[in-house]
Formats: sequence, C-alpha cells, structure tokens
Amino acid sequence: MNGAPMLARVEAGGRIRLAATGAWTGAFSGEMELLLAGAQAMQGAAVIDASGIVALDTFGAWRLERLVRERARSGTKLSVEGLPPRFAALAANMARTNQTSALPPPRSPGLLSAIADVGQAVAGVGSDFVSFTNMLGAIGAAAGRMLLHPSKFRLTSAVHQLDRVGLQAVPIILLITLLIGGIIAQQGFFHFRRFGAEIYAVDMTGILVLREIGVLIVAIMVAGRSGSSYTAELGSMKMREEIDALSTMGFDPVEVLILPRIVALALALPILAFLGAMAALVGGGLMASAYGGMSPAAFIVRLREAISLTHFEVGMIKAPFMALAIGVVAAMEGLKVGGSAESLGLRTTASVVKSIFLVIVLDGVFAIFFASIGM
Amino acid sequence: MAAPVISVRELRVGFGPADVLRGLTLDVRGGEILGVVGGSGAGKSVLLRAIIGLVPPRAGSIEVLGTKMVGATDAQKRAIERRWGVLFQQGALFSSLTALENVQFPMREYMQLSDRMLGEMAVAKLEMVGLKADDGHKMPSELSGGMTKRVALARALALDPDIVFLDEPTSGLDPISAAGFDQLIRTLQQTLGLTVFMVTHDQDSLSTVCDRIAALADGQVVALGTLEAMRANRHPWVEAYFKGRQSRRVAG
Repeated sequence: MNGAPMLARVEAGGRIRLAATGAWTGAFSGEMELLLAGAQAMQGAAVIDASGIVALDTFGAWRLERLVRERARSGTKLSVEGLPPRFAALAANMARTNQTSALPPPRSPGLLSAIADVGQAVAGVGSDFVSFTNMLGAIGAAAGRMLLHPSKFRLTSAVHQLDRVGLQAVPIILLITLLIGGIIAQQGFFHFRRFGAEIYAVDMTGILVLREIGVLIVAIMVAGRSGSSYTAELGSMKMREEIDALSTMGFDPVEVLILPRIVALALALPILAFLGAMAALVGGGLMASAYGGMSPAAFIVRLREAISLTHFEVGMIKAPFMALAIGVVAAMEGLKVGGSAESLGLRTTASVVKSIFLVIVLDGVFAIFFASIGM
Repeated sequence: MAAPVISVRELRVGFGPADVLRGLTLDVRGGEILGVVGGSGAGKSVLLRAIIGLVPPRAGSIEVLGTKMVGATDAQKRAIERRWGVLFQQGALFSSLTALENVQFPMREYMQLSDRMLGEMAVAKLEMVGLKADDGHKMPSELSGGMTKRVALARALALDPDIVFLDEPTSGLDPISAAGFDQLIRTLQQTLGLTVFMVTHDQDSLSTVCDRIAALADGQVVALGTLEAMRANRHPWVEAYFKGRQSRRVAG
C-alpha cells in the first residue's frame, strides 16, 4: 500500500521547499501530527511541494491547510504547490471549513458549575413537590370525572395492568417475603434464646411483619418492579410523541394512560401486601420449627396470642397510600422524559429512588399517626 | 472496468418461511452512485441491511472491497466496516451525544487524533455537509429533520469511507431541502471519490444524482441501467414506476 507521509527539507536556488510525499490520510494521523510539529521548526520555508503526495483524504488535506493558516497568522507566507489535480477539489473544500475563528467553548466546568448544580438540586426538590402535587391533582380530577361518568373508565386497560402489576408479581413477592419472614424469625430465636425468651420471637415476627415489614418490603418491590416500568412506558410514549398524539385527538393522557395504571396499582398493592404478610408468617413458622424447635401448632397458638386485628389493619391501611405515591411519582417522572435515551434512563432511576424514599417517609408518618391514636 | 466495489451473487435472504430476496445478483462499480428502487416490501432495505451485515443471508455471497463478507473473520469484517459509512433512514444519531460528539465518535474510536484535531475535523465534516460550527453543540432532539440527516451524513463520512450507504436519504424532507441534499451527495461524491449505494423513492434523486438505477421486484433485480434505460424498460413494475404521473411531472 501507500507509504507513510514524509516532509523533507530541500534547498534549491536559495529557496527552501518542503517536499511532501507518501499517503496523507487518516490512517497515518500520528505520523502527520509529528511531521506538523517538525514543520513548524523548519523556519524560512515558503513552499510545500505537494506533487509527491500519492493519497490524500480530509484528514491530510486539513493538516496541510492548518499548516498554511498557522504560518499566515504568524506572518510568514507558506503556499502549497504542485498538488495533483485529483486532490484539488478536496483541498479547496477543506480550505472553506473552520473559517469561524474558534470553537465555541463547552460549558465552563469547575467550582461555579458545582455550586450551580447544588442550587439546581435544591430548587429541584421544590419543583418536584410542585409537579407531584400537580400530578396528584390531575389524577384526582380525572378520578372525579370517572365517578360522574363511570362508563368512561378504561376497565380493559385497568384489568390488563392489574394482571401485570398484581398477578404476575405474586410469585416473586411470595418468595421474597417468605425469606424475609424466615430471617426475622431466625434472628429473633437466636438473640432471644440468650434471655430464655425464645417464645417472644414469635411475637416479634408477627407484629413486625403485619405492621411494618410486610407492606414495606412489598411496596419497595412494587416500586422497583412496576413503578419503573410505568415510567419507562410513559417516557418512551412521550419520546415517540404518542402522548402528544393522544392529546391532539382530544383524549386526556391522564385519563387514558395514567388513571388505569394507578387504579391497578392501588388495588394490587394491598393484595400483594396481604399475600406477602401471610408468606412472611409462613416463613417465620417454618424457621420456628426448623431452627427454634417449635411445633407448627405451638407457633400458631402463640401467634394468635401475640397479634391482634389492629396490627393487621395498621399494615393494610398503609398499602393503598403507598401505591398512590408510587404511581404518582412514576407518572410524573415518565412525563418528564425528554428526547434522548439517556433521559429515559435518568427518569426511570429517579422514579424508583423517589418512590422508595416516599414509601419509607409515608411509613414513618403512619407510624407516628397510629401511635398517637393508640392503634 | 475496475473490479466492482460491491458484488452480490445469488443472494437469498428471508424471514420466516418466505424469502424476501430470491437469488439477487448485483454489482456496484467504484465511484458511481447507484440508486435502488422497488415497491414497498420488495426488499430494498433488506438488501442494504444484508450488505452491511445486519441481516444474515441464507445463501449466496456478498463481496465488499474484495472481501467476502459471509464467513469473514471478525477482524476482516471490522476492517471493511471502517471503510464504509451508513446513513440510516431516521438518522440513528446517538441521542445522548451532541451533533459534534456524534461525528467525533467513530474518529475517536478508530484513529489516534489529538483533541484539537478531533474538534477541527468534526467541525470540518459538519461544514462539508452544510451545517455551521455552532450547530455542533445541539442535541439530536433539537435538530430539524433536514439537519438530522446532515449530521448523520457527516457521521457516515467521519472516517473518509470508500463507500456510503444511504437509506432513503431524502425521505421526510421538503422538495427544496431534498434537492439540496441530492446536490450535497453529488458534490461530496465527486470531491471525496465515494461510491454511493442509495435506496430511494425520490424520483428527483434518481434523475439528478444517480449514475445507474437498479429496480427490485420479486426479490430480484429486474432492471439495471441509466434513467433512459429504465424509461425504455418493458417490465410491468418498472414501466408503471417510471411512467407514472409523478415521473412525467419530473421529466417535464
């Protein structure tokens, strides 16, 4: 193939010429870079003899052009002569590029932008609150309209979503809560054994699972499993202008897309939380007989003494509120997706993180509330 | 005549039970602009995707720049892929990178360039396709349809390829932008010595920039030649296509 590019100094008749030979192509970028540095040192040369160039592409042509321009800027004229005619159009084309003096600088990094980021994050909390309230209001309004005209509710869509976020989630929810229940029981037996209070491990498992852990674990699972998929779905619909298409046809996207999903979530989460709590109790019972040496019958008797309907109610009441929080955050983040694939990923992450955070905050608020009303 | 740059022999490509391409044979000569036409579902895009290796052929051979693409090693394929550029129908710009970064992406991966050179070359490529340096900092979602196509073309030309594949380059552009884009393709083809393989429906493109036209029907090339040869062709589909109302209007 063609040889590497060369630039040789030739002195003839008192003039200094730089004879360019070889292939001035992108494949020899590194070599050309070195040559260019050398050529700057070759002071006094006024002409580049390009007749020896056997191959030229945009990369080589730009290097020659840049050399000429740099010399022109420093006041010493340098011209390219003898370029084979087949490269003339290319060289002329490259001479027209990069005429505007400098590249516009990329946004300034450093301290200022770090401070700006912090400021934006703080302001973002406020705007998140506003858009959460906004979405909650839009959903509330849509739900109100549905109550007035129940026939307009998209039942098929809601049932389909219920299947996806409810029925299809059952196996994994059962598995995980079974394990968590088992772990809590095992820890209880292990630590209470030292005080001879093994029997209280059952109390702890029962109360903890029914009041807190069951619904919390299930809500977190649902936020990760269904909240993220809601955001991704709505986000890609937003990206492909499907949501705009709906609006122009006179449909309210909140009514058509978001409300059925939220209704499905609000129905599915309490059911899943109930199934999860039962699975966790079964897990605790299995661990009691395997690790604590307690017969299943004894476990059930002790459980019946330890827990009351109140514990169960406290857990269940929280579930629809958590579902609403997950659904609203997922919808709000989905509609914020912009044009790029990156923003879709960013929003999906934000959806999961924010909804899990909100679920835990809600759990805390409910804990205080139930404590103060004595439940 | 030099050896063809792309040589397709007895190519069969299909999905499911049916073959879309049934023993297609086609040569693309070096330095020409070949326009490929055909009805919807005739397999134009499938042919393009088969040549660039996105769809595996069931039988037949594809030779690009002297390398047999079916059965080539990964290294051989990569060496050839470096020498072609593809303009996808929707542009297929990387949505999380700016226009400039899109053009820089292949250069950064395949070449050893200094940051300064990288910036200048990317601006040069954008300017060659008729954009301004300032446009380089826009994100793909901020670009109009015509600008997206131009940035995508600049990216296809980033490595100074020998062959450029264009999939419906002027679809979705208004007639004036489309004519400008055709002119751009012609100018770049002459300046850079490109071979252009263009799938198109645009009769203007066919008449103004294509050196030869290949008409696809029933999974085969049913006609191949200049626009005049196409107009004289007796194949029913070709006759209907080139003698339709639209082409009479273009011909004047």
